[in-house]
Amino acid sequence: MNISLLYSLVGLALFSLGLYGLIAYGHLLRKILAVNVMGSGAFLILVALARGWRQTSPDPVPHAMGLTGLVVAVSATALALALACRVQETTGSTQLTEDGSD
Amino acid sequence: MVALIPWSVWIIFLPLLTGIFAFLFRGRGAQLGIVTAVGLLPPLIGLTWQVLSCGPQHYSVGGWGAPLGIDLYADGLSIIMLVMTALVGIGTTFYATGYYSPTGETKEKNHQQDPALFWSLWLLLWAALNCLFLSADVFNLYVALEFLGLSAVALVALAGGPSAVAAAMRYLLVSLLGSLSYLLGVALLYFAHGTLSLGLLAESVTSSPASFAATTLMTAGLVMKTALFPLHFWLPPAHANAPAPVSAVLSALVVKASFYLLLRLWFQVFTNTVTPSVALLLGILGVAAIFWGSVQALMAQRLKLLVAYSTVAQLGYIFLVFPLAQGKGTGFSAWCGGLYFILSHACAKAAAFLAAGTVLYGFGHDRIDELAGITQRLPVTMFAFGVAGVSLIGLPPSGGFIGKWLLLNAALAGGQWWWAIVIIIGGLLAAAYVFRFFSRAFSYVEQVPICRDVPWSMELTALALGLSAMALGIIATQPLAVMQIGAPLAGPVLTGGLP
Repeated sequence: MNISLLYSLVGLALFSLGLYGLIAYGHLLRKILAVNVMGSGAFLILVALARGWRQTSPDPVPHAMGLTGLVVAVSATALALALACRVQETTGSTQLTEDGSD
Repeated sequence: MVALIPWSVWIIFLPLLTGIFAFLFRGRGAQLGIVTAVGLLPPLIGLTWQVLSCGPQHYSVGGWGAPLGIDLYADGLSIIMLVMTALVGIGTTFYATGYYSPTGETKEKNHQQDPALFWSLWLLLWAALNCLFLSADVFNLYVALEFLGLSAVALVALAGGPSAVAAAMRYLLVSLLGSLSYLLGVALLYFAHGTLSLGLLAESVTSSPASFAATTLMTAGLVMKTALFPLHFWLPPAHANAPAPVSAVLSALVVKASFYLLLRLWFQVFTNTVTPSVALLLGILGVAAIFWGSVQALMAQRLKLLVAYSTVAQLGYIFLVFPLAQGKGTGFSAWCGGLYFILSHACAKAAAFLAAGTVLYGFGHDRIDELAGITQRLPVTMFAFGVAGVSLIGLPPSGGFIGKWLLLNAALAGGQWWWAIVIIIGGLLAAAYVFRFFSRAFSYVEQVPICRDVPWSMELTALALGLSAMALGIIATQPLAVMQIGAPLAGPVLTGGLP
């Protein structure tokens, strides 16, 4: 249980770190990386909880969730990177301006 | 016999299949769209019939069953959402056949917009919505949420301009943040209760720290995706800059999908962990959304931005369901009122966005100050906008009126009269921003702006959707009867002590 608690806490720390990065930094690449750090934190928690819930053998369901989550994260990152390139092409900036209403 | 055919599978599978085909066979998008719109009707009618005659329906895909396989579940709430999606979806599909028709001028104007990509993404989005409304476990719902978010973001980016791409980027980041927060909640729920099924969770969730944390994380993520004030900042640019059919779908359906999930979780799963104070907080944010959204809509310079801010305001009303459902004996009234509001807002807002899109298409801009006298050029479209406006304001006999009436009833009969004041003031503000545009559009001017030819399918679908919002005010008993099937709350639709 201890080791899975440790991994869960590391996962939670990664999630919070990613959240901070997403809010604090303006550069789009940093934002995209921050979202990925958040995702890694969530997946780490899933894997850690799989170990901690039933002591005898790891539970496969959270692993399956983690794998599915990874596939989703990869596709989302691909879309985000493509969009970030397009933002730079069309606006010439790698940041989102504060007021996007017009 | 009735229950044997797994209609719910076809409702998800058909748009998924046609969406992939639309990507493979680039020139056939419009035909595939119409095939989907028509082809979804038999399974939808079949499923509605099953639910009406036999109650809520379960189906295990592939026969695997709950812990390993994927379960589908349909009750009255699912049916209402599926029918709403079909109404708006069919309308949007026919609108888009005109909007993306290859007439000479259109081709030049929309050279950045690839119709094949629109059709493919729109049909996949439709599949994601149907999947979300039929899923019975919290993880499958996460996948459906991401599927929905990614296709919606790509659709916004289709418009191509700098503001649309920036809006899509912001939308994507917010959407991912919301889903990750939700996913963390799912992990905690599984850790605490060892199951993902909504039905089993409903029995086992107690007020433990892990359940509280999961409730908070999932609610926060979904509230962000539903664009409740003050997390609404991403919505107006994304909805206002998207191509016209996309704006309609985003405002009418996509934000409702995350709200639907919030309703399911709050009323079926988290009944032991949600507290009146959190419900009150959501209600107060809803009030702030109504005022802020309406004031911004009043000041908007562009028609599509006005309609988008109106969505921010109208989303505020549906969050009043949470505090109103806490009232004694008025829970079901609030539940029905919220659902009725969602249903009629979907039709009215789709009509308003499609009409606004037609204005943009016809005149090449949507600056409200320069749209004086456009009714002389586009009478049908402006009539559609007018009918939709009646429902958005909540005047009888529209669907919006029924929704507000039920919410008012819940507020007054439950002894929470202060919400009633907000609902009434919100209606006045909606009237103000709708009439601000009408006073320009319906004025008579000598020199009417030049308008290019608009395909009839664009004008007529906006009108049909506007009239559906109106019809919802007249046939209220049938939707209300469907809402009762498998509902987590029971009680009278209208409580004594009428407002």
